[in-house]
Amino acid sequence: MGKKKVLIGLSGGVDSSVAAALLVEQGYDVIGVTLKLYDYAELDFDPPDGGCCSISLIDDARSVCSRLNIPHYVLDLRDSFQRNVIDDFMESYSRGRTPNPCVNCNTHIKWGEMLKIADKLGCQFVATGHYARIDRSYKIPRLLKGLDRSRDQSYALWGIPRDTLARTLLPLGELTKRETREIAKRNNFRNAERPDSQEICFVPAGDYSYIIRQRFGNNNPSLKPGPIYNSEGKTIGEHKGYANYTIGQRRGLGISYPAPLYVTRINPDDGSITVGVKERLFATRFTVVRVNLLVSSEEIPGKIDVKIRYRHRARAATLRLKGDNGEVIFDEPQRAITPGQSAVFYDDDLVIGGGAIVKVLG
Amino acid sequence: MRTVYLDHNATTPVHPEVFEATKPYFIERFGNASSIHQSGREAKAGLEEARQTIADLLGCKPSELYFTSGGTESDNFAIKGVAFANRAKGKHIITSSIEHHAVEISCRFLEKEGFSVTYLPVDSEGFVDPDELKKAIRPDTILVTIMYANNETGVIQDLEALVSIARDAGVYFHTDAVQATGKIPYNINDLGCDLLSISAHKLYGPKGAGLIYIKSGTKIQPWNEGGGHERGRRAGTENVAGAIGLAKALEIAARDMDSETKKMTSMTTRFYKLVMERIPDIRFNGSFQKRVPNTLNISFRAVEGEAMILSLDLKGIMVSSGSACTSGTTEPSHVLKAMGVPPEMGQGSIRFSFGRSNKENDVEYVVDILAGEVERLRDISPLYAQSKS
Repeated sequence: MGKKKVLIGLSGGVDSSVAAALLVEQGYDVIGVTLKLYDYAELDFDPPDGGCCSISLIDDARSVCSRLNIPHYVLDLRDSFQRNVIDDFMESYSRGRTPNPCVNCNTHIKWGEMLKIADKLGCQFVATGHYARIDRSYKIPRLLKGLDRSRDQSYALWGIPRDTLARTLLPLGELTKRETREIAKRNNFRNAERPDSQEICFVPAGDYSYIIRQRFGNNNPSLKPGPIYNSEGKTIGEHKGYANYTIGQRRGLGISYPAPLYVTRINPDDGSITVGVKERLFATRFTVVRVNLLVSSEEIPGKIDVKIRYRHRARAATLRLKGDNGEVIFDEPQRAITPGQSAVFYDDDLVIGGGAIVKVLG
Repeated sequence: MRTVYLDHNATTPVHPEVFEATKPYFIERFGNASSIHQSGREAKAGLEEARQTIADLLGCKPSELYFTSGGTESDNFAIKGVAFANRAKGKHIITSSIEHHAVEISCRFLEKEGFSVTYLPVDSEGFVDPDELKKAIRPDTILVTIMYANNETGVIQDLEALVSIARDAGVYFHTDAVQATGKIPYNINDLGCDLLSISAHKLYGPKGAGLIYIKSGTKIQPWNEGGGHERGRRAGTENVAGAIGLAKALEIAARDMDSETKKMTSMTTRFYKLVMERIPDIRFNGSFQKRVPNTLNISFRAVEGEAMILSLDLKGIMVSSGSACTSGTTEPSHVLKAMGVPPEMGQGSIRFSFGRSNKENDVEYVVDILAGEVERLRDISPLYAQSKS
């Protein structure tokens, strides 16, 4: 006995499988769970091969655990996923925003619910296959970027409560994806060659409007055609429902203009979208809500780096906090600051926290 | 780690004598029972011998027994086969609200096909009231299907009373006897039902083997069509080893019925007494008197059944919250709901089903661990703190 018990969430993909293998190697008493978050049958489409909770992925997770000789359970969290992730996602799109469902899933499901399960099973730790690190040299551990910068997933982890870091293990934080795949092959995991998942697990073929139609019906305002305005407020075309657009989008506007045009604003109040030339996409200031800090507020340096979407390179900025609201001012204008997306605050490798972008101020 | 298997209602290990009896039919007597040649004859002889043995044990004619792949297939065949063969007479079916999914979902299917189905309620102990059945029968009723013993609670219905009501009304009666068979003695002739389903693996026989009894003269439409196997009623090459295993398992069950009943009754009684002494806020679900003697269904207030099953599993104790076929969902059991078990109790219910693999000292061992786990889970349950204050 005496071994430390850890609950690991296994999606069936290669990352979490290798994370489980590493924990077993490190001598933990490991319990695997796969969370059933979504019922593909209800959506009436075949899950993408890489999507979470498809039967084939659950089978892969089971196979990995059986190879590692650890228990494995499939737990039904569809209700919680619906409440905490999908509802918010739909709401966000219908309000003209572009949400990050993975952030909510990590915060509420992979940490929130998993910790509850861990308590019930007497597990001290929870673990996932995210590429990020925990620095345990502080009294309250800190979250750091993954060592492999091209894989770093700390962007989607800003929402987890600070007090859960002490109970979190991220075994892949120091690895590259290549090393992960090699470990998978060495362990003869059948998912070693499975391609990375790209899409949001519950959105078929990247078609957001499909699930909005499924849920809200065709009459939802966000799916109704409306005017496309130019920067001067003149109508220059018609869009297919603003939920189909995102800030910075160029394709699919159907407008001919000497210079390329981009979506610069989505206005749910009057059902319009605004387009403009590239320069119009750039802004410096925006507000955030639901700020979560992973260090104490005194530890935040005067100048931080802020990342405004998964593929954005963090840039220097100043943060002004007021409770769990805040304002971010970039040193240089940034392209396509998008309401609904997360702004994540860094000090070099250290994740300071993050918030949800609500309003671009200019 | 010591393991204790307390899920014999989900499945049982094959009895060594059953294993021995089936062995020759995999390699030496491998024939297709429908073949004309010697090898086929050998297989056919084994198959028909098994049928005769079972008929003698159950109190029916061998020609009334049809081998299937198991309880689910037998239930599907009985319900859909009788419904479709008799729909000119009427399209009403009566069942109970505590049936196994094989019966329930078959009935739901028929509803989509234009039949109407009445789901009879049960009382707090899990019994269908024969008077309710009497009231539910209509001129267009063609079939009553009510289980013999319930898989989750073990509660045994007063089948003879229910059958006699259907018989008086001229309505076919099917019973899912999957959980009763091998656990309590019965005679089909005395029961008087028209159709009855059995599964081998619930009584130490092999998986993938089952049986349906169809009283001669019953109008039923074949459901599995193909070659003329099983006298044209159930096509598909017979699972000879499975049939022989089922016959042997029934033989052993009958032979050991008295001693096993005593052993199971003593174990479950002692188990329940100990649980009552050591764990507060529990509820026994179902009738303690009229149940198959190996099964106990107990609720633990403010403890999630799933958390308990996983925690016990991690300690080597294997139980389930109800039907193994529905585990993985957090919905409270439809059986307990039908019995009016309050939700905070229904969610924390565990089925302990004992069997031959258990030893007397398993009882104390399991209750010790169980008491510890219930206490631990209650300590972290906000629900329990609430209910105490």
